[in-house]
Amino acid sequence: MQPLDDLIHDAAMLAAGKTSATSQPIHFKTRAELLKGEPNDNEAEVARVMQICNSCRYCEGFCAVFPAMNRRLEFNKADVHYLANLCHNCGACLHACQYAPPHEFAVNVPQAMAKVRLDTYVDFAWPSSLGKLYRRNGLTLSLAVATGLALFLVLLVSLGGGLFQEPRVGSFYAIFPHNMLALMFGVVFLLAMVALGVGVSDFWRNVSPGSASSAAVAEAAHDALRLRYLDGGHGKGCNNEDDAFTLSRQRFHHLTFYGFMLCFAATCVATLDHYFLGYRAPYPFFSLPVILGTLGGIGLLIGPVGLLWLNLRRDPKNGDVAQQPMDRGFIALLLLTSLTGLLLLGLRDSSAMGLLLAVHLGVVMGLFLTMPYGKFAHGIFRTAALLKYSIEKRQPSKLQLKAD
Amino acid sequence: MIDVLVIGGGNAALCAALMAREAGASVMLLEAAPREWRGGNSQHTRNLRCMHDEPQDVLVETYPEEEFWQDLLKVTGGITDEHLARLVIRHSSSCRDWMRKHGVNFQPPLSGTLHLSRTNAFFMGGGKALINAYYRSAEQLGVQIRYNAAVDSLELDDSGKFIAAHAGDQRIEARSCVLACGGFESNREWVREAWGQNERGEWPGENFLVRGTRFNTGVLLKFLMDRGADVIGDPSQGHCVAIDARSPLYDGGICTRIDCVSLGIVVNREAKRFYDEGEDFWPKRYAIWGRLTALQPGQIAYSIIDAKAIGRFMPPVFPGITADTLPELARKVGLDEANFVRTIEEYNAACHVGTFDHTVLDDCHTSGIEPAKTHWALPLDTAPFYAFAVRPGITFTYLGLKVDETTAVRFNDQPSDNLFVAGEMMAGNVLGKGYTAGVGMSIGTAFGRIAGTQAAKAAQQQQKTGAQHAAA
Repeated sequence: MQPLDDLIHDAAMLAAGKTSATSQPIHFKTRAELLKGEPNDNEAEVARVMQICNSCRYCEGFCAVFPAMNRRLEFNKADVHYLANLCHNCGACLHACQYAPPHEFAVNVPQAMAKVRLDTYVDFAWPSSLGKLYRRNGLTLSLAVATGLALFLVLLVSLGGGLFQEPRVGSFYAIFPHNMLALMFGVVFLLAMVALGVGVSDFWRNVSPGSASSAAVAEAAHDALRLRYLDGGHGKGCNNEDDAFTLSRQRFHHLTFYGFMLCFAATCVATLDHYFLGYRAPYPFFSLPVILGTLGGIGLLIGPVGLLWLNLRRDPKNGDVAQQPMDRGFIALLLLTSLTGLLLLGLRDSSAMGLLLAVHLGVVMGLFLTMPYGKFAHGIFRTAALLKYSIEKRQPSKLQLKAD
Repeated sequence: MIDVLVIGGGNAALCAALMAREAGASVMLLEAAPREWRGGNSQHTRNLRCMHDEPQDVLVETYPEEEFWQDLLKVTGGITDEHLARLVIRHSSSCRDWMRKHGVNFQPPLSGTLHLSRTNAFFMGGGKALINAYYRSAEQLGVQIRYNAAVDSLELDDSGKFIAAHAGDQRIEARSCVLACGGFESNREWVREAWGQNERGEWPGENFLVRGTRFNTGVLLKFLMDRGADVIGDPSQGHCVAIDARSPLYDGGICTRIDCVSLGIVVNREAKRFYDEGEDFWPKRYAIWGRLTALQPGQIAYSIIDAKAIGRFMPPVFPGITADTLPELARKVGLDEANFVRTIEEYNAACHVGTFDHTVLDDCHTSGIEPAKTHWALPLDTAPFYAFAVRPGITFTYLGLKVDETTAVRFNDQPSDNLFVAGEMMAGNVLGKGYTAGVGMSIGTAFGRIAGTQAAKAAQQQQKTGAQHAAA
């Protein structure tokens, strides 16, 4: 490992803007290289910072990263990937840090972790050549949505006869046949899940956890579903624009996630209704799919608006500003999904229904296409890291730090 | 005119500002540092030593007043003021609800500090998180806060009554004033002078590192000494530990400490041992090694361990110098090879290895060498070997202003009507020498809060007197 003095010097240079992190060359690695090899600059920075944190430890009450760090004396690539994905970017440790810039140690844990997280997504993407889509994620998302929109607008014109039509009382499948939609979305969704699954299983093997007990699984599920590590360890929440704590990020994220899940549940219920009960859309306002979809859509409207508002106000030191297009693009995509969905529901009996349906489906298609190559991946990798933590903390420590 | 002017921006200053504001006074706080360096040495602290007669949230068992007092008596060797010390101790049992109200979060002890789970309440996120909370609360309550506002002198009348403070070209009047702007540890010249020249012709103070803020230059301490304020304490005494010699000159904080002393041996520049490394548990001895190192030639020492110690102590921030043989280690460190090897061979031969247990005062000890190592003495025989060079790291100085329980600054044993002092600037009343973890924050919190209350009262009194004068 590079001597710490050099690393500190490098960090100070970096902090002083003498080299730009974004100007560093991007090189893609083969899968075999990922699992071994020398750490890249971002990984070396996390290892450097963790060595400083490990000799301080004041932050260990905030989240899982620091207790996980305490179990180690050195931070190899696998450790760094694991810790980076365990970090929720809450910012508490940045504001509490006695070594944060302008200190010459220039410790910024959330930023160092965020940079490695992006590397993790890129490196573990499947197929690996598509990992580069993360690097220019704003463009990726825009192209995916544009493709989705173009596809459904063309289909609308060619199958449905035109952009505006006589009201059809919500008969969506008169415009796009149900089987066609089910096939298109089913295939894209399955591909997305396979891509994410392959990526996260490589990540899982790389961080080499032990076997999961049911207690570990239950704890990890709880911590992921409750967003435990956005509560600051004291229940007052995480940091956003300054050193004050707020629970709004946790709450808006809950609205977003559970909104998304309700929308997903609405789709699943409707699909089951369609194929097994022969119960066809349009469903009445007080049917299960519409209630689930409406509630979910409202959550998916308020949640992303809140997250976007927080993101726009977040202290740029808290996280990696280079990832803002990815973060904001994903938020925007979720927002468009709920907005177009709710509009479609409201106006399903009007002449704009066909157009709105095509737009909504186009946006959803964009979302599905980019699931394995955008911010969506954070949930998968972070949950895997949380599970790893829940497993690891149940194992005896290999160290005997007897300062006691 | 504002009621209370607080000079300083660390824990004691903030406690004073918050208490004065809560008492209804208008308050202005002057912090010498820019915002990003605010908080003085408090930003590097992590806990508060607390008396408690029953388990309290994060504190287990009990830590009664008498035990706390005995601990303080022991570390100070009796150079303390029992009345003020007991005031601090009692205060420490009841201040935490107030701290919580102002946003401080407590947590159980950090890993590696379980020995403090009974006596010390840890701040979640450490001292900087505490400082942030206090500043937020102060801002919300309407305390005016100015950064980059180093005060260089005070206007006092002949009785020692405060009239105004001068910060650069600004003159700030107030009805009363609390001084809480630290010791003089970052004043290199003063530290050099305080330690003087030793028998080797060296100026030991030149080789000290400062563990904390660069802003504690003792300007107002000097000013008040020159104006005849009553002082207490020996200028060469302070909280001083042995830290990694590669640490930055200022603000190295907690992470620069070297925690492997009791697992190996410590030699000086001449490759000779000079003190019993295994005298007692490290947490009870860490505070003496700064001074011990300061007394060695060149004010440097080397903590030497072998591979058996790795993983048994808190990881150091800088990696040690490593070698596979003792002569190689001596060469890398720059010590005389023959002397170094002889010292270690003699030590190794003198070790009586019983049952090694770092959690108790075990039976592994040396015999026939001077100084002895009385516990945890294992031969250094397993490569690789590691060396950590250490220097004295000064945390804060104990020379301060003499006070009674009112915290009023005194001139010829007469208290000033409206000038008070808290924190490191008067900690020497309680700490004549030595240190025990977390007591600095107990002193700062107790006297900061008292000084704030007193200053608010004095401001009210001044206002009343002023109004009477005006009416007359």
